Order: sequence, then C-alpha cells, then structure tokens
Amino acid sequence: MKPLSLFFKFPTLKPDVHVGDRLFSFVVQALALTFIGLFCAMAFVIFLNSWPAFSEFGLSFFTNSVWNNWKQEFGVLSLIYGTVVSSILALLIAVPVSLALALFLNELAPRWLAVSLGFIVEMLAAIPSIIYGLWGVFILAPFLRNHVQSFLSEHLGHLPLFSGPYYGIGMMCGGLILAIMIIPTISSICKEVFRTIPHANKEAVLSLGTTRWEMFKVAILKGSFSGIVGAVVLGFGRAFGETMAVTMVIGNKIALSPSLFAPSQTMASVLATQYAEADTKLHLSSLTAVGFTLFIVSLLFNSLAMFLVWKMKKQLKG
Amino acid sequence: MFVAFYYLFRKIYNKIMISLILLLSFTAAVPFFYIAYFVFEKGFDVINWNFFTQLPAGPGQPGGIANAILGSATMVGMASLIGCPWGCFLGIFLSEYQTHPLSRILRFVVDMSISTPSIVIGIFVYSLIVTSFGFSAYAGALALLLIFVPIIGKATEEILKMVPHHIREAGLALGLPRWKVIVQILIPGTMTMLLSGVILSIARIAGETAPLLFTALGNPFFSKDLSEPTAALSVQIYEFSKSGFADLEAMAWGGALVLISFVFLINFSTRFITFIMNPRYRNNF
Repeated sequence: MKPLSLFFKFPTLKPDVHVGDRLFSFVVQALALTFIGLFCAMAFVIFLNSWPAFSEFGLSFFTNSVWNNWKQEFGVLSLIYGTVVSSILALLIAVPVSLALALFLNELAPRWLAVSLGFIVEMLAAIPSIIYGLWGVFILAPFLRNHVQSFLSEHLGHLPLFSGPYYGIGMMCGGLILAIMIIPTISSICKEVFRTIPHANKEAVLSLGTTRWEMFKVAILKGSFSGIVGAVVLGFGRAFGETMAVTMVIGNKIALSPSLFAPSQTMASVLATQYAEADTKLHLSSLTAVGFTLFIVSLLFNSLAMFLVWKMKKQLKG
Repeated sequence: MFVAFYYLFRKIYNKIMISLILLLSFTAAVPFFYIAYFVFEKGFDVINWNFFTQLPAGPGQPGGIANAILGSATMVGMASLIGCPWGCFLGIFLSEYQTHPLSRILRFVVDMSISTPSIVIGIFVYSLIVTSFGFSAYAGALALLLIFVPIIGKATEEILKMVPHHIREAGLALGLPRWKVIVQILIPGTMTMLLSGVILSIARIAGETAPLLFTALGNPFFSKDLSEPTAALSVQIYEFSKSGFADLEAMAWGGALVLISFVFLINFSTRFITFIMNPRYRNNF
C-alpha cells in the first residue's frame, strides 16, 4: 500500500482522452482548487492577524477574564463562559424537544401532519437570524421579564442561578432564542439517523410485548445513540457561532456572573459589537483572535459531529 | 397481583411518555407562529409607498429603506451571479469525480465552510480586503459569495447523486464524452431541482447580517459606486433596532416584514413547484 493511499483513493479510471473532457475536468479542478485555497487562506489570514494578540498575551489570553479597552488588556475567559453557558442552556431545551419531534414525525404522526409540521420546522430554519433577534429583544425579553423572571426571582431568588435584578435580556433570553434556532438542525439530523434503524429491529422489540415507548427507548434511542450525540454536537457548534440574534438579546456586558438573569457576552457577539469600532491594533488583533478561536472550535465540533453520524450509519450498514 | 400492577404501570408510563412527545413536538411549532404573527402585525403599520422609495430619516420624520433594499439586491445579485456557476461546478466535482484524489478534501472543506460561523467569514474578508480598500459593496458581496458557494455545491452534489447510474452509463454507451453526459443529460434532467436549490440558497444569504457588518458596513444614503460602503436590509434592521426611538424601531419591524416575506415567498413557491414537478421528474428516468 502506498503511504498516500491512506488518505486518497487513487483513480482507477483511465485518464480522459477526449479534448472536451480534459478541458472540462481542468475547469472543474481549477474551481475546486480555488475554493480549497480560499478556505486555507481564510485560516491563514485570520491566524496571521490574530498573532499579535496571541504573542502579547500568550496562554493568559484564554485564562484572563478581563476585557478592557482602556487598559489594553484582553482575555476571553468571560466570553468563553458566556458562549458555553448560553449554548448549554440552549441544548438543555432543544435536545428533548428535537428528539420528541424526530420520534413524532418518524413514528407517530399521520402523513399529512408529519409533512406540515416538518415544513413548519424547516421554515423555522429559514427565518433570518436578525429577525429572531428583533423578536427576542422586543417580544420575548419583555415577556420573560414580566412573567417568567419575576416569578422565578420571587420563588427561587435565593439560588445564585436566579439571583440579582432582571432585565429580560440576558443569558436566559439568549439561551432560549438559541434553542429555538437549533431545534431544526438537531431534529433534522435525528430524523435522518432514526430512519437508518432497520424496521426489523423495531418489530423484533415490539414482538417481545413492549409498549410503544419502550420500543422507542430500546430500539431507536439506544440504537442510534452515537448519531444523537453527533446531532447534539452539531447543534452545539451552531449555537456556538450564532451571532446576530444572540448579540441583540444577550445584553452585551462582559462579566462573569452565575445568574441566568445577568446580561453577558459571547465570543460571536463581541465581534459583532466591537469589530467595526476597534481603534487600536491590539484590540483589533484580540478580536481577530476571538474569531480564530471560534473558527477552530467550530471546525473541531463539526468534524466530531460528522464523524459520529458517519460512524453510526456505517455500523448499521455493515 | 404485583404483576398486574406492573403491567398497569407500564401502560400508564407509556401513555405519559407518548403524550410528552406529542406536547414537545407541538411546542416546537409554536415559535414559528409567534414570530410570524408579530412580524406581520407590527410590520404592516409602517409599510407604505414611501417605505420603499425613501431614504432612512431621523426619528420623527417619515423615511424608508430604499437604499437598503437596493444594496441588498446588488450584493446578493453579485454573489449569486458568480456563486451559482462556481458552486454548481463544485457539486459536479463532488458527485461526478468521486475517484479524484481532491474529492475527499473538497468534501471536507465544503462541509466545514458550511458550518463556519458567518462572522468568521466577515473577519476574513475584512482582513483581506477592507484593511486595504475600505468598506465596499465588493467586500460584502465576497463575504456573501463565500457563504453561498459551499451551500450551492452541497445542494448540487445531493441532487446529482440522486440520478441513477444507468442514466450516465446509457449516455457513455452512446459514445458521448463525460462532459457531454454531464452538460447535456444530467444538468437538463435535474434542472428544476437545481434551480430550486439555487433559489433557496439565495433566500438564505439574503438574510445574512453578521458578515456584512464590517464588510459593507451600511450607508444612510444610496451608494454611488460599488466601492463605497453600502446599506443592506438586514444591517439596516439591526441599526434601527438599536436606535432606541419608537418610530425607528417600528421601521425595523417593517424591514423584517419585507425580509421575511421574501424568504417565505421563495420557500413556499419553490417547494410548491418542485412538489408539482417531482412525479414528472421521476418519470423522466
């Protein structure tokens, strides 16, 4: 085995002899190479522009929670905290809903209902992020403030999770908006994954005298566990990089606070609010470094998700 | 006795879980109606003729979003003009040249760039173009192009892969070279679906905001030149919503109504048309 064939499958076809074929494949290859080149250039350019910040702050860039333009001191810990907490909050809401939705559409719903509900959820994915933000800041945030957060604060206010003043906008609103936005992603992958479970498996479980729910649990949910994890990771990646809607509802205050009511800031939203106005080189470079981190994290999460889904499908086929 | 209770428990548990599944899946549809209702209700108040023909004005004055609609159309138009052929070629490469050594790398790159946060693409275009040439419609269009191309590429690949292999073999057996099989058989046969893929992707980039924030920047006036900062509908909505004035916030809802109507109209009509055309498409092969 040639060492390179670990990565590439070498062509077994004869090379193109027709002139038109050669020309066509040349054009196609050139366009493909340009795109690959642009992608690599993207990684390179962003890294190059974030290098001043990385060399200035070193590893403390990731462990420092101070982001101060006056003192020219930049650390992303509180941004990472805001991003991770809002994404996890979103997953806590979105995962059960998406799993239920995927089960319902695949197994329970009559055809007309499955088609129309599926269409509505797809439309949810088509709504631009800015409209989610607009709705979040003018409709959802006041609703949360007047009905949900006032109630939580009154009854559970002694917990650090629900302490402090409430404004409506903040971590909770951000998480909720993100949850609505990632439900279509997670549920469509789950639907796809559930469909790969062979009918024989489901029937075998049912023939043992189980109830419908027990069949779902044993045959579908356990059988497609790694696919579900893949879908969740993909949803996490989506929530991680979501910008506009989060920027509008999260409150844009860089602070570490345990309370879900408190305004916060995520890595993507700090870019949206400060990038165009960055005045010093170090500020701009630190922001670019945040972008680079975002890029790398999304690469990691998405390749992990793709790998998990692919592995599960392969298992079932083989 | 105990066994009977156990059966009863299982049955009740089953009922509870099934109703929970039902409840949760209908909850997923609620935000759609909630959002659509408020956008239409609040947006209709400000929609009139001036809204489409005037420039944005200060608080208290009548204004519109003509420049933003024009700017969005320009940038989306430029991006899709270049992006459609480019993306389609990528899709052809992915589906028809699967044995090519680059094919796997390209598939990975396309998948990764679809899921790259769009704001990162904005940073790339900013560092590449804006730092030397300034904010412009070209920069905005490039950012949109980089989002558009992989989406189109992926869609084209999926569509071409649905064509059964014997169609290609039939063409080759007649002595057609490979490029003629692609251009004269595969593409015409899947035209409806390819077009619907392209149009749906245009609807998707029309609402993009994050990559335009620091590439096209926004502009309160009509831009005279493509190398000037340019307004975009989505960025204008963002600007209005941060303004803090009630009438400008109302304008933001108007802009949102225009945007959401565009997206919904495209989605409904494309899906309807492909739904009608689908059986005929299948009979073709």
